[in-house]
Amino acid sequence: MAMAIRIRVLLLFLFFLSLSHPTFSLYQDQVGLMDWHQQYIGKVKHAVFHTQKAGRKRVVVSTEENVIASLDLRRGEIFWRHVLGSNDTVNELDIALGKYVITLSSGGKYLRAWNLPDGQMIWESFLPGSTASRSILSIPTNLKVGKDDLILAYGSGSLYAVSSIDGEVLWTKDLASEGIDVQQLIHRHGSNIIYALGFIGSSHFATFEINAKNGELLKHDKVRFTGGFCGDISFLKSDTAVALDSTRSSLVSVRFRDGEISIEQVHISDLLLDSSGVAAILPYKLIEMVAVKVKEFIIFVKLTNEGKFVVVGQIDHTAIISDSLSILEDQQAIALIQHGDNKIQLTVKLVSDWSNHLIKETSYMDCQRGLAQRIFLNNYVRTDRSSGFRALIVMEDHSLLLVQQGEIVWSREDGLASIVEVTTSELPLEKDSVSVATVEHSLLEWLKGHVLKLKGTLMLANPDDIAAIQKLRVQSSEKSKMTRDHNGFRKLIIVLTRAGKLFALHTGDGQIVWSVLLNSLRKSQTCEAPNVLTLHQWQVPHHHALDENPSILVLGRCGPNLDSPGVYSIVDAYTGKELNSVGPFHSIVQIIPLPHTDSREQRLHLLIDKDWHAHLYPRSPEALAIFQREVGNIYWYSVEADNGILRGHAAKENCILQLPDEYCFGTRNLWSIVFPSESERIIATATRKLNEAVHTQAKVVADQDVMYKYISKNLLFIATVAPQAAGDIGSVTPDESWLVVYLVDTITGRILHRMTHYGSQGPVHAVVSENWVVYHYFNLRAHRYEMSVIEIYDQSRADNKDVLKLVLGKHNLTSAISAYTRTEVVTKQQSYFFSHSLKAISTTSTAKGITSKQLLIGTVGDQVLALDKRFLDPRRTLNPTQAEKEEGIIPLTDSLPIIPQSYVTHALKVEGLRGIVTVPAKLESTTLVFAHGVDLFFTRLAPSKTYDSLTEDFSYALLLITIVALVVAIFVTWILSERKELQEKWR
Amino acid sequence: MDKGKAIMGSGRRWAVEFTDNSASPSSRDIPDPPGFTRSSHDQDDSSVSKQKKDSEANWKSQKAWEVAQAPFKNLMMMGFMMWMAGSTVHLFSIGITFSALWQPISALQGVGKVFEPYKDNKVDLLGPKLVYIALNLVGLGLGVWKLNTLGLLPTHASDWVSSLPPAQEVEYSGGGFSLF
Repeated sequence: MAMAIRIRVLLLFLFFLSLSHPTFSLYQDQVGLMDWHQQYIGKVKHAVFHTQKAGRKRVVVSTEENVIASLDLRRGEIFWRHVLGSNDTVNELDIALGKYVITLSSGGKYLRAWNLPDGQMIWESFLPGSTASRSILSIPTNLKVGKDDLILAYGSGSLYAVSSIDGEVLWTKDLASEGIDVQQLIHRHGSNIIYALGFIGSSHFATFEINAKNGELLKHDKVRFTGGFCGDISFLKSDTAVALDSTRSSLVSVRFRDGEISIEQVHISDLLLDSSGVAAILPYKLIEMVAVKVKEFIIFVKLTNEGKFVVVGQIDHTAIISDSLSILEDQQAIALIQHGDNKIQLTVKLVSDWSNHLIKETSYMDCQRGLAQRIFLNNYVRTDRSSGFRALIVMEDHSLLLVQQGEIVWSREDGLASIVEVTTSELPLEKDSVSVATVEHSLLEWLKGHVLKLKGTLMLANPDDIAAIQKLRVQSSEKSKMTRDHNGFRKLIIVLTRAGKLFALHTGDGQIVWSVLLNSLRKSQTCEAPNVLTLHQWQVPHHHALDENPSILVLGRCGPNLDSPGVYSIVDAYTGKELNSVGPFHSIVQIIPLPHTDSREQRLHLLIDKDWHAHLYPRSPEALAIFQREVGNIYWYSVEADNGILRGHAAKENCILQLPDEYCFGTRNLWSIVFPSESERIIATATRKLNEAVHTQAKVVADQDVMYKYISKNLLFIATVAPQAAGDIGSVTPDESWLVVYLVDTITGRILHRMTHYGSQGPVHAVVSENWVVYHYFNLRAHRYEMSVIEIYDQSRADNKDVLKLVLGKHNLTSAISAYTRTEVVTKQQSYFFSHSLKAISTTSTAKGITSKQLLIGTVGDQVLALDKRFLDPRRTLNPTQAEKEEGIIPLTDSLPIIPQSYVTHALKVEGLRGIVTVPAKLESTTLVFAHGVDLFFTRLAPSKTYDSLTEDFSYALLLITIVALVVAIFVTWILSERKELQEKWR
Repeated sequence: MDKGKAIMGSGRRWAVEFTDNSASPSSRDIPDPPGFTRSSHDQDDSSVSKQKKDSEANWKSQKAWEVAQAPFKNLMMMGFMMWMAGSTVHLFSIGITFSALWQPISALQGVGKVFEPYKDNKVDLLGPKLVYIALNLVGLGLGVWKLNTLGLLPTHASDWVSSLPPAQEVEYSGGGFSLF
């Protein structure tokens, strides 16, 4: 009895709890209705096939996004996947004993074993060491110490022998102290000796013989080569290596047989007649052969038994070569890929018989995938016992393809794992003409669907029907239409990937509408090392120019430095066609989208180059006229984190160049804020989103009082930490660490607010919206993460309280204001503990800015958490008054609650979460959320519930039926009453 | 059915006046019966009826005053209800407030009707009417005051500025870290 009461009390308590904290959870059957999730792995850099045994054929890959994954070789689906931390780069990958996946990561610091079938981690070993060196993983066959099979890992200058059973380090040998830069570990079958081969300095080649049982150094030899080595080396067989000399003009063969090292040198010009210039040994593992790139060619060089170099073949330098693969009868096969127009040619050759080829297949290749970059070869035994080959190809856009018998069996768009920047675009308007045929065709389907739904609502559906209903709901054709919808839920998400490819994803189901590999961002004669910078909306037609398609501006840079020349492309957002591409031209240090558009609704942009010249785009006289009219009010600022300076600039007259350019403007420095370098270092900045809508400038507080928000687009949040505290958390004591936050007006350089958090440390994540800033940092004293909120109010407007004047409109609250009026501001702030560390932070944004806001927090667990802004309200007090309670102020608590139901990503994870983008829908209550990392996730959120629309499961049919029934009932009763009255009268 | 309508509707169709007040015989078409002296009898009769009339008028004015004071009770009742309803906006308080507003208004609209039965040449209805109106106005005031305490009247600055859009900014600034 008491138990029952207790449960009842608990339930009541929970009920009240659920009332006090609005949650936005989903029901199980709502998953997938308005959200989608896509899993990717990134650009593959290692691949090991596992196809020997019967069962599921798979390939284990590691990628540049630090992902280890096992893929189904039939369909390309992910069996399992692990995303290592962003600093935990995978260096080596291999399969041991046919059941473990061994990875060496973080520059040889972590050795891990994963179970091949299900991907569970079996053991992990930390291999300490301080010297940086290359990392080598070697899994010798049949080398045992006791019962353990050995795994050899070289990293941080030391050689480790690790037991394959439990990851225990059996012995360690520090080789860096011997001066050797190890290039290869060799173990000969059946022996107990491990050879570590490498260079000592630049002119010695050394071999170290190590006892595999205990790591004892048995013998070491070195030989001096007068020409010096440049570092390129390739190992053939088990006793020969080929290196390049320091001038890169001759090949050096190194043989180390029976403790003797012999060296021979051959000029490349002796091998190849026209071979002036430098050569490079390509880092492919071609046993018995070496691939040398000379000028425009790759030559394959073999070493005969007598030590003579023989050139076997020669191909074009754009070809891609696989590592060699042992096939039947101890033969080695390699694959080559050569490119043609819209096709690739795959050739597999035997190393021993270069003149013939095993297969030569040509496959069609979408030109939007670019060139092949890596190939991994695998063979299978055909029914006639000959060898067939399949090749895993990594393309320029980071996509992964499996090619077999000249066909692309499957492909994965893994470029989407490395999104740099996101923007959105509207879809085209719907055309009125609806084809009759489609309606008739779908009538039966439609009826069926409604019958099913009716069954569902009447609880008559069996499990099959429920599954069918769920499928209908999830795959509703309505949501993946290619036209604009009334609520603005259907949009295009346009993403730019690190490979320079632009994708348009449909918000309905995440399908790729179009993708384009931008030519201007590809490697070419004029642009040697292109990298992508950012993308902006270039043209958003909505008032006039409605017949034009929206377009996107993509910026890139040819080279790694700030002063490298820039390029840009303009891409049609509906079709993905590259409309215009320019460059390389001046360098791009910053891009400033201006709040002005020309008559074609093209937005004006300023590109700032490294000499702080401002270049105006689009380059049209109209844009120039608009700019010259507005130039007095256009400013820009630069944050120089290295020097700790914040500068404000304004444009002045045309810049002086050799070629006169009327679209180029000089800039002058207006103000600068210098942060003292000995006490502060800039670590984070945040600004308001340019297109954020704010509904009102007034905030009504308890007792009908008004506070005026300080709403400015030119507000910059900037956080600095003590220089010694710029490292990891825990590297400093609380006394020598502080965090200073500033709110700066970027027009005048005025510091509106400054606040120091003593004993706190970065990393700082911040978001600015309306008149508030929320930021997240670590409090060293409390050993906890904290979140703070600052709200700024405009004190100079606070006197506007005369109702009569307000009624008559005699106030200046809506007149334009200038930053030079020096408005008086007051700030309110509060801090709370927060138990998670953050990867990203963002806020919801709606079309008119009326709906209350939620913070979207990318947690360390790669999930997105929605936290009501009401929890971060500096006016929270321990005991709010009645009026404050009515206003919705939550009693103050020292930490922010994490309500499990408010995870936006529900059960899913957005692995490697990097950014959260919110876009307003047309429906005021709703905002679209796109989270990207290695995975992509999209959903719709309604921070104050969908107050402006009926819920999705609202039964329109029931409403209609009710109305019809009521109308019929009215008529029937009317007729009856008429009849009765008539009878009465006749009586 | 028809009868009822007629009664309720346009009042009387015919009536017999038993107390004929006119003294002059010329005004009457029917001659007095023989042996009937009108004068003496008339005298008596008229004094009785006068008394009667006076008392009726008194009664009417008394009643009119009573009716005029009736809203006062109502007022007290309303005040109690309002006090009970509290100052938060919810269904009950809104209902009370609107009924408090509606009652005086409807009562004011029907002032003439309320005092119709007491209409008399001898009864001065102005006083009761004024009191009645005043009391109802007080009731109305109470309702409005309640509306204000509920915060439903736009009497605060907040009611006029809460949807003012933010002011335009003259200057524009962009920038940030160097692009990498």
